[in-house]
Amino acid sequence: MDLRHLDTEPSREEREAVDAVIGEGETLATVPLREARRLRAHLLPALHALQDRVGRITEGGLGYVCRRLHVPPAEAWGVVTFYALFNVDEERPTTVAHVCDDVACRLAGAERICGELAGTLGPEGKAVKGRGWMRSPCLGLCDQAPAALLVVPGAPPTEVLWGGVDAPSVAEAVRSGTAPERGGVQPLQPREALHLLRRVGQVDPTDIDAWRRSGGGAGLRRALELGPAEVIALVGRSGLVGRGGAAFPTARKWEAVARQPARPHHLVCNADESEPGTFKDRVLMEQDPYTVVEGVAIAAFAVGSELARIYVRDEYPLARQRLQHAIDTLRQRGWLGDDVLGRGVKLDVELVRGAGAYICGEETALLNSMEGLRGEPRQKPPFPSDSGLFGQPTAINNVETLANVPLILTEGPEAWAARGVPGSAGTRLFCLAGHVRRPGVVEVGMGTTLREVIALGGGTPSGRPVRAVLLGGAAGGFVTADQLDVPLTFEDTRRIGATMGSGVVLVLDDSADIADLLRRITAFFRDESCGQCVPCRVGTVRMEEWVARRSSGGSADPALLDDLGAVLRDASICGLGQTAASAVQSAVRLGLLGGGR
Amino acid sequence: MIELEIDGQKVTVPEGTTLMEAAATLGISTPTLCWAPNLDPATACRVCVVEVEGSRVLVPACGRKAEAGMVVRTNSDRVRTSRKMVLELLGSSVDLSAAEQVKPWMASLGADPSRMGPAAPPSAAGERDAARAGHHHATDGATAATVCQPIKVDNELYVRDYGKCILCYKCVDACGEQAQASFAIAVAGRGFDARISTELDKPLTDSACVYCGNCIGVCPTGALQPVTEHELRQEGAWEPERQTQTDTICPYCGVGCTLTLHVQDDRIVKVTSPHDASVTGGHLCIKGRFGTRFVAPRGS
Ligand SMILES: Cc1cc2nc3c(=O)[nH]c(=O)nc-3n(C[C@H](O)[C@H](O)[C@H](O)COP(=O)(O)O)c2cc1C
Ligand code: SF4
Ligand code: SF4
Ligand code: SF4
Ligand code: FES
Repeated sequence: MDLRHLDTEPSREEREAVDAVIGEGETLATVPLREARRLRAHLLPALHALQDRVGRITEGGLGYVCRRLHVPPAEAWGVVTFYALFNVDEERPTTVAHVCDDVACRLAGAERICGELAGTLGPEGKAVKGRGWMRSPCLGLCDQAPAALLVVPGAPPTEVLWGGVDAPSVAEAVRSGTAPERGGVQPLQPREALHLLRRVGQVDPTDIDAWRRSGGGAGLRRALELGPAEVIALVGRSGLVGRGGAAFPTARKWEAVARQPARPHHLVCNADESEPGTFKDRVLMEQDPYTVVEGVAIAAFAVGSELARIYVRDEYPLARQRLQHAIDTLRQRGWLGDDVLGRGVKLDVELVRGAGAYICGEETALLNSMEGLRGEPRQKPPFPSDSGLFGQPTAINNVETLANVPLILTEGPEAWAARGVPGSAGTRLFCLAGHVRRPGVVEVGMGTTLREVIALGGGTPSGRPVRAVLLGGAAGGFVTADQLDVPLTFEDTRRIGATMGSGVVLVLDDSADIADLLRRITAFFRDESCGQCVPCRVGTVRMEEWVARRSSGGSADPALLDDLGAVLRDASICGLGQTAASAVQSAVRLGLLGGGR
Repeated sequence: MIELEIDGQKVTVPEGTTLMEAAATLGISTPTLCWAPNLDPATACRVCVVEVEGSRVLVPACGRKAEAGMVVRTNSDRVRTSRKMVLELLGSSVDLSAAEQVKPWMASLGADPSRMGPAAPPSAAGERDAARAGHHHATDGATAATVCQPIKVDNELYVRDYGKCILCYKCVDACGEQAQASFAIAVAGRGFDARISTELDKPLTDSACVYCGNCIGVCPTGALQPVTEHELRQEGAWEPERQTQTDTICPYCGVGCTLTLHVQDDRIVKVTSPHDASVTGGHLCIKGRFGTRFVAPRGS
């Protein structure tokens, strides 16, 4: 490709930051297309380097990255402006607190905090001497709501996700450039009840020896003994299905990749966790990172991939740090590398950073993002098992899905499955938050009722009755107080028109302003739509307008909502659009907006 | 060969045939906006969706390949509702006045964009280009947001009227890998704020654009127009029904591209190339597309 480039120069620190991740080097005049595609995968890391160092992607920095990586400047601009955490805007603060104003944090007073910050730090998104604050969609810290993410550029940059914030503490963090580290977590349940969460609060997540003493690594060792085909067979017998929302049988996905003649195969762990109200994967990655990496390694071994990748949302700095530490120490000890445990197997794991886009959790958008493209979903077919990352056969799995795999191999598939019920095997993590006394991640056998799960949170803080639960996240729907005895299985939730989705259980007492939540949810989908297809790009805007009219007592045509729901569900390219109307439609159906249907 | 059923009729087509092509062999026409005969399907606009038995959602007929045993419906209630909604969503957010092909579809599906509410005022110049991903101003729902905005006029050959842009990706594909390889434009931003843009929204004259006009050639809505056409339209003097179209060979170089000259009142008002022309595939260069002034009468 012969490209016309920007002729602007980077500053010395911008050049250093970029060179540190892609190496120093000369810019070649042209490169073959294949090479260009390989270079392109470095685009996001290079942009992160700029953003980390100076808090902005300047024209000089962008021009340099484009020349080094042979990316057309217009395309790079398309990528930069796709991701919410890349800043191209002179007015936007570089030292910034991203303040969550999403569903759980709203219930904990986020709007009040934003109002106060506008007074103390100035208007949202406007820098005052480079500093300021911005609103953010769900930061995945709903158990410690309200939450904020502090980002300060530098070498190295400061990134802290912390909870229990109020306006003065956010303002202080922005002024000082520091925020308190979070303490450890204690599970809500007794040790005997925990399997996937058994190490949380018990085993130091940064100590490989402690992890080994607690039985860590036995799953990978067993996998290497069994061989890929037997691992897939065992996982198949367990009945494990994906925990990322779509509930697809994991072994079937692996088998579809393993049998492909094309090489290499890829395994990608989806740690983009951005569904509002979801934080279970964060807890696993922060509190038991070794087991997550172990599960990823086993999956890679099973599908025939030598290099697995974990795509972690950028809003999870601690999770990234802990995973990287786990990967590094596992490699030092020979659990990863060119000759794993001396068995002649090559297996490694690498982290990839997201940049602020919920849609990148959709598996094909995630692949595009890893290739250095805009995070736009691909039309399926082809499915990733046929043509995934760089066009190669690829399996994509959720963090919780993979964290279960070591357990399945060590306990045996039957024992693992028996904690659930037929058709919904094993245990499942739920993200309990909202109006509960003790929010947090809980682990229960599938088939446990929603009422029992909520009870683990110790009731509503106000003592007021539960009115509804947002089950499954913004892409899920509402469940009313009279439906709380629904057993949490795929079938039973489907029967009442609900979904477990990503395991969100956001409890709402009878004081909750459901119209306000719906306004936030519809704004979320409008913000997070990739914009590729008409039903979702425009439909999410019309949904937001519909809810705004309806909640302010204006006229909102029910037939229009039906039609919007239909086109979103039926004609959108991906799951974002397909589920974007479900929360609103369920609220209307259940009469939660008042005024009946 | 593959056998499938479309609207109750059996049809046999070669492997690799799309559902749209298969339907066409039965005389069933499919509306399309983002599809073009000389580009890979972007499957973005979704106006072509059809129902395939066993599929949870509708599928884009323009890009989906026929499979043996498929049972396809192109005119079910679900299909009509989604197509109508796609047109209403576009009609309520984009200026479709120059997209003539849409009008009969709107009429036959009973699409009524006005039920989305009165249009919001247009954006100021540069406003949509400055939108930040993941952030937008809250709406009160009183008006329906649109992409309307001032026309971008930054060069002498063509204008960009993005208030008419349906974001079909065709211009980007034609400018990039699939034809021109100039990569002057791309989709920037996200969601409803997504837009076609040069790097940093620079004027075309500062971009990689070589004015081949291939983006104009594929644009389905008149968002991209040669200056001549744009000016005639502004004057109300653009009259396609009075224009003649004559195919000839470009006089400039030895490649021999087929040109179609659109002539109104003895003046060449636009140059295109047939998408099935073997040499061009519908794509030209700046000379063939714009270099016609030497044929015009002196002084005009
Ligand atoms: C808009 C959208 C966002 C998604 N976000 C995530 C996510 O953050 N994490 C995840 O594991 N799956 C997410 N998914 C589901 C993935 O597409 C995919 O089904 C999943 O990662 C597969 O893993 P599993 O089979 O282990 O569940 C998302 C899907 C959609 C449509
Ligand atoms: S449904 Fe929405 S997010 Fe998915 S491809 Fe279409 S526009 Fe993008
Ligand atoms: S005129 Fe040619 S080079 Fe310029 S933007 Fe259009 S397709 Fe690209
Ligand atoms: S300018 Fe025209 S060709 Fe380009 S995306 Fe918009 S409508 Fe499509
Ligand atoms: S014409 Fe098929 S999706 Fe646009």
